[in-house]
Amino acid sequence: MSETIEIRWHGRGGQGTVTAAKVLADACLSGGKNVQAFPEYGPERAGAPLRAYNRISTKPLRIHCPVTHPKIVVVMDATLIESIDITEGTPDDAIFVVNTHKTPEEIRKKLKLKDTQKLFTIDASTIALETIGRPLPNSCVLGALTRASGITDLQTLLDDVKGSFGSKFSEKIITANLEATRRGYEEVKEG
Amino acid sequence: MGKKLAITGNQAVAEAMKQINPDVCAAYPITPSTEIMQRFASFVSDGVVDTELVTVESEHSAMSACIGASAAGGRVMTATSSQGLALMWEMLHIASGMRLPIAMALVNRALSAPLNIHGDHSDGMGSRDCGWIQLYSENAQEAYDNIFQAVRIAEHEDIRLPAMVCMDGFIISHSIESMEFLPDDVVKDFIGEFKPTNPLLDVDKPVTYGPLVLPDYYIEFKKAQHEAIKRAKRVTLEVAKEFEKISGRSYGLFESYRLEDAEIAIVVLNSAAGTAKDVVDAFRDKGIKVGLLKPRLFRPFPYEEVADALGGAKVIGVFDRADSFGGFGPMYMEIASAMVASGSSPLMINRIYGLGGRDFMPEDAEAVIKELVEIADTGKAGTLKEYIGVRE
Repeated sequence: MSETIEIRWHGRGGQGTVTAAKVLADACLSGGKNVQAFPEYGPERAGAPLRAYNRISTKPLRIHCPVTHPKIVVVMDATLIESIDITEGTPDDAIFVVNTHKTPEEIRKKLKLKDTQKLFTIDASTIALETIGRPLPNSCVLGALTRASGITDLQTLLDDVKGSFGSKFSEKIITANLEATRRGYEEVKEG
Repeated sequence: MGKKLAITGNQAVAEAMKQINPDVCAAYPITPSTEIMQRFASFVSDGVVDTELVTVESEHSAMSACIGASAAGGRVMTATSSQGLALMWEMLHIASGMRLPIAMALVNRALSAPLNIHGDHSDGMGSRDCGWIQLYSENAQEAYDNIFQAVRIAEHEDIRLPAMVCMDGFIISHSIESMEFLPDDVVKDFIGEFKPTNPLLDVDKPVTYGPLVLPDYYIEFKKAQHEAIKRAKRVTLEVAKEFEKISGRSYGLFESYRLEDAEIAIVVLNSAAGTAKDVVDAFRDKGIKVGLLKPRLFRPFPYEEVADALGGAKVIGVFDRADSFGGFGPMYMEIASAMVASGSSPLMINRIYGLGGRDFMPEDAEAVIKELVEIADTGKAGTLKEYIGVRE
């Protein structure tokens, strides 16, 4: 891993995007890294496009501004691809993780990715419906991102997904989210 | 060593307040500082602190209640932002004039109008002359550390003045960062027992707070206040030394970053300083002698020490995240005063940035440093005050 990895998340209000960025930060912190997680601040509206960011680094993080050249881009809702250029500012070796039921080939074509850029897809909304019972893709996408990037390991992630629920949620919801995370890790497709 | 967690700046301050366990908190919520008192209110209702939480109907009342509680003899804390601090303005002077060591977290936010909830330093700079000690913080760790030190400085027997700890709204208050906590018992030892001086509740020794003082004595009061706050410079360093022993983190009146042999200096406050340090490194890698000064103690302002630290620079760029319309930015005025008083006359420019939370990007710092390099080469400073990142 190079010194600092920058991640940009694209999601819609209500999908748990900011929570996902926070859980990832916790998992990377558990792995001994310095971390940042922050959303693009603005009015919060369910369904509206939003961005969130992570910085994960082996050295102390001093920079305080949005990520403009992300090594990793995570798309929580593939319909955003129609209206937003999610590839903006990405380097030639960028990694994309997209929640979609479409094939990696279709998405790669749609995004016009370079051959050097990696693409991973996961049908997180379907998996979330099957596990959690609601189309909340964040836990599943975190699993997929972990596999795609190697930024942390599955067990650390599972521990922090569990930890993020605290004492407020039922055992059933926590178990379902852990299952969604595991399935995201196992079922992510590269193409 | 304390535990390391990834949390927001607001959470960090709320945790610090929990560890301090003040006698009284009176507060009224306002974005972006709301989360501090929201979390602290949970600590109160969960019984993890012994604090009397006074919920009031405005910030003016919040500060009034803090003043009453502090004069009564309690350790008192609160938090606010922007319009909240503006509404407190009248009472801020009363807190300092009565020499009450109240500690307040100020989550810096722009002032209306137009209405804006995002981070800039207009609120803090606007209260510059209210007689409060001001400490500024780059990140959540510094905000957390500064809260403890502010309590110690404010309550020091040579000072007895209110102190505010500032951090950038949203950029720090709402961003999650890794930082290190101190163990509860270590904080407790560091903070110590509160020692009230002349408390109103000491009925055997009745005292009056805030009497009428006419021209025969008013100016004596004010000079005494100035002498007291000036001592905060020495006490800040003493407290920082003690704090370093328990935390391993060292603090000064300001931070000097690669200034020793710098021919070009920039002055940047709070979160933007972190971003700018990375840019300073990039210029240093190219062999350009640039350094950065990040003020920490803004009131009292350490003029001599700042002039010393910047003394070797031929050109200085001062960044201000607040404005004085029709004048230079508030930080520029301080730095210019420091340099003139020391007898040195570097070329100095003032760049206003980030008002209303406009992002401060590395490219912004880069552009200004490039400009400073050119000024150093030509010996000519063009426009002294300019706004950067403005869409025309």
